[in-house]
Amino acid sequence: MKFTEEHEWLRPEDDIVVVGITEHATTQLGDIVFVELPEVGTTVTKDEEVVVIESVKAASDIMSPIDGEIVEVNAALADNPALANEDAIGAGWFFKIKPSDPTQMDGYMDEAAYNAFIA
Amino acid sequence: MSDLLRTPLHQLHEDLGAKMVPFAGYAMPVQYPMGVLQEHMHTRKKAGLFDVSHMGQVIVAGRDFATAAAALETLVPVDILGLGQDRQRYGFFTNQTGGILDDLMLANRGDHIFVVVNAGCKADDIAYMKAALSDVTVTEITDRALLALQGPAAETVLSALDPKAARMQFMDVATLTLAGAECWVSRSGYTGEDGYEISVPAAQAEALAKLLLAHADVAPIGLGARDSLRLEGGLCLYGHDIDTNTTPTQAALNWAIQKVRRSGGDRAGGFPGADVILTELAEGAVCKRVGLLPEGRAPMREGVQLFAEVDDEAPIGKITSGGFGPTVGAPVAMGYLPTAQAKIGTTVYGELRGKRLPLTVTSLPFTPANFKR
Repeated sequence: MKFTEEHEWLRPEDDIVVVGITEHATTQLGDIVFVELPEVGTTVTKDEEVVVIESVKAASDIMSPIDGEIVEVNAALADNPALANEDAIGAGWFFKIKPSDPTQMDGYMDEAAYNAFIA
Repeated sequence: MSDLLRTPLHQLHEDLGAKMVPFAGYAMPVQYPMGVLQEHMHTRKKAGLFDVSHMGQVIVAGRDFATAAAALETLVPVDILGLGQDRQRYGFFTNQTGGILDDLMLANRGDHIFVVVNAGCKADDIAYMKAALSDVTVTEITDRALLALQGPAAETVLSALDPKAARMQFMDVATLTLAGAECWVSRSGYTGEDGYEISVPAAQAEALAKLLLAHADVAPIGLGARDSLRLEGGLCLYGHDIDTNTTPTQAALNWAIQKVRRSGGDRAGGFPGADVILTELAEGAVCKRVGLLPEGRAPMREGVQLFAEVDDEAPIGKITSGGFGPTVGAPVAMGYLPTAQAKIGTTVYGELRGKRLPLTVTSLPFTPANFKR
């Protein structure tokens, strides 16, 4: 599992990568009340705005951490945005992406480095 | 945050784990560990305790109540002379063009008027009253905290400390003895729920707050939930839903101006902007504050432009308050629309992230008021 400085997590599953945001991020954002997910089949590039989340406080944009094609989105999260608060690194995942350049993952932090980053 | 003013409950907020933010020059709790959503729901179901000590507490006094009331009526277009003893009323200061300088609560406390004004306006309000009013003294009360206990359990909780609390009706005021402190209490608030606002001597505020919080039904509530509660309650936030550019009629606050101050009344006019305000009361205004329900789940917040048709170029209005309504379970908003498009059931379009999304004009409040009348 890898982590970005933007508080996203990336979990490789076979040839795709599951992406969400960390519990640290959801705690900072507060109660999440709306998540707008990309359409399946969209091709995205690294740092492109791909998800909009709204907490009780404000709207935030989530950037794609890597280049690739969106192959699945978490429909349960759109129906129940609180999943992102309740289970940030599990049931609260955002989307699955098929990376076009898996080496883009290499520059991101491992869990220990991320924990030090947010400490 | 070091240059911010602190309320008498500052230490308690920190002890309770509040997230403190700057608001109107004060360090204020925006939320506690419970979080905004749960704090909101707790207030609707049980009772929430709010620190609103940043608000201005002012005593306006003259020879007698009538002297003070007559003086204040020159600045506020409501019936203050006719306000019964131990009764409270909502009002606002207007300017020469009929705009709103601030909104406020006024209480007849026998020989004086107790006024509560917004934190962000209090310095201006007090200077304005001192300069404009003769025959009265205007005194800011700086040695008292202001707490609000709001929600269906508020009566049970407060009347356990002083049984007189239960006998108060909505918009009554009384002096209660709470935990040994002499408190100036009103049965009112800013959530759409039954509840009380409690002016308590600063030195006794923390002890009273702790005693209230010791009740199983009472939780501390921050400014975040205060905002979503008042929004669902259809209540205006000064500087957002009302300001110097909005008139009482535009703001749908006609109900606050009693007949005696309107054309044909015994004390018609005699307040700043009376010509504009009295004309609008009789003939209507060009635009109106309305409730808006966005379709779908995406909140539409303050500043979102509103359009009559999905592809129109020119906006017809904008949202002045908006967010997720936890009790409604969906986004809610308030904003201004031309009177012709302000009819309940009208569809308008809000521009959100480049997309035009429909909203329906709806009646306010979004959640039924639970006042003790």
